[in-house]
Amino acid sequence: MSLRIVVAVKYVPDATGDRHFADDLTTDRDAVDGLLSELDEYAVEQALQIADAADDAEITVLTVGPEDAKDALRKALSMGADKAIHVEDDALHGTDVIGTSLVLAKAIEHAGYDLVVTGMASTDGTAGVVPALLAERLGIPQVTLLSEVAVADGKVTGRRDGDAASEQLEASLPALVSVTDQSGEARYPSFKGIMAAKKKPVESLDLSDLGIDEAEVGLGGAWTAVQDVTARPPRTAGTIVKDEGEGGKQLAAYLAEQKFI
Amino acid sequence: MAEVLVLVDHVDGAVRKPTLELLTLARRIGDPVAVHLGPGAEAAAPVLAEHGAVKVLTADAPEFADYLVVPKVDALQAAAAAVSPVAVLVASSAEGKEVAARLALRLGSGIITDATDLVAGDEGPVATQSAFAAAFTTTSRVSRGVPVITVKPNSAPVEPAAAAGTVEPLAVTFGELATGTKVVSRTPRQSTGRPELTEAAIVVSGGRGVNGAENFSVIEDLADSLGAAVGASRAAVDAGWYPHTNQVGQTGKSVSPQLYIANGISGAIQHRAGMQTSKTIVAVNKDAEAPIFDLVDYGVVGDLFQVVPQLTEEIKARKG
Repeated sequence: MSLRIVVAVKYVPDATGDRHFADDLTTDRDAVDGLLSELDEYAVEQALQIADAADDAEITVLTVGPEDAKDALRKALSMGADKAIHVEDDALHGTDVIGTSLVLAKAIEHAGYDLVVTGMASTDGTAGVVPALLAERLGIPQVTLLSEVAVADGKVTGRRDGDAASEQLEASLPALVSVTDQSGEARYPSFKGIMAAKKKPVESLDLSDLGIDEAEVGLGGAWTAVQDVTARPPRTAGTIVKDEGEGGKQLAAYLAEQKFI
Repeated sequence: MAEVLVLVDHVDGAVRKPTLELLTLARRIGDPVAVHLGPGAEAAAPVLAEHGAVKVLTADAPEFADYLVVPKVDALQAAAAAVSPVAVLVASSAEGKEVAARLALRLGSGIITDATDLVAGDEGPVATQSAFAAAFTTTSRVSRGVPVITVKPNSAPVEPAAAAGTVEPLAVTFGELATGTKVVSRTPRQSTGRPELTEAAIVVSGGRGVNGAENFSVIEDLADSLGAAVGASRAAVDAGWYPHTNQVGQTGKSVSPQLYIANGISGAIQHRAGMQTSKTIVAVNKDAEAPIFDLVDYGVVGDLFQVVPQLTEEIKARKG
């Protein structure tokens, strides 16, 4: 029986660009080019490895976002995912993590799944709570923040490296897995992969397809409200000295003056 | 006064510093009620009381250690039902954020993560967060349900404030999902004797310029002279010179210490995302053009292998 894997990914503004907020205090997506969140590349990679190890597996890559977000899906398809789902709806603008988890959960149920794989966090919002929210919504075990993951005999096992301890985890399928950047370098799409991706199916869905009321998402449906955004004031120019043999002593004097010593 | 739930982060009853910071913040909003899950409540309760907990709800069961995250959510949900809090505060650790997220969904509440400050507002607590590698500061509030807020370590001072700290058992019924993810084994990380990276008041980091695992002792010596934690840039971690658990940056840990000393780190945006909220920033780098110098309060352009050992010696001499 085929192992159905759904990888949830995010299309994010490039962190090396000059990221901004728009007038409505949401992320300004026009300001900077977007791309597949780097941390989600690791999720696609692990899904591909799990699929390779299975007798028969199918990987669906899923994203919620504007038209451009298809770029993130194409990247994942060119890496080797089999098909894609793109959820796009104007009403989604300004959706918070709670709303995002609702849309993703409905789309994952629509796709059908045995295993859901995500990155540890997005590189724009960086909250890192969507994996746990998805597991809660889907009512399945969360096996999260894994640096190693394997699926066999209807079970997922993995290693979670925390601050205090390293844990070996185990859960029965269906389950949700999130992986860290330590899970293994993501592959580059090959030319063949890029060509093949063009022929792979991308299903487009909107909120009505998923049976979601517009009032549950978007800025209006958010359960949190941003009140104010301010650009961090530029740091006042610091003191910079060139080491002429006394640099360490000069720095010590500064630290003492600041009462760190 | 309204009650504020605070989830206690502890190791067998030894309360970790971020929890004491949460108690300081909780008092701005109401009366802190601490929730202690797992063993060691007898040891923790007096400490929590000294820091303002009017009540300590305790529950111990093997589920808390044997299964991931969900048992703690079940317990916190029971606590929320027992006291009807005006907010729930959790430390922004990896597990803390997961517990908070699931709890928020169950309570039908919004969630704010990685707050760096928290004040009372007319419509509930107002949280400060930093965004886009700390290029922006935002203030937000939860507009639905009981505000669930996770707070970054070092966001508030630890202030003693004696309170009753009445210990009461909390009845917890574990749901079906509680035993979904089994912790098969747990290997405690070997202690370095240094402070935990995300909680440390001073962080000393090394990057590409350290040029080898064997050279990290130069960074460690400086850290030890200051009682600091050791951090590393992604370049140093990817090269295998230092463990991933010490990585500071977008894909590693976010730190906000009083003092951050970057050594041989150029200051790419991914690194800045993890340290830019540090109060005082110092850098040592031989490249005068390195972007890290745009952030610093004090920078030394020079060879870290000359500057850092001299700095370490001088600190030791000054400390006598």
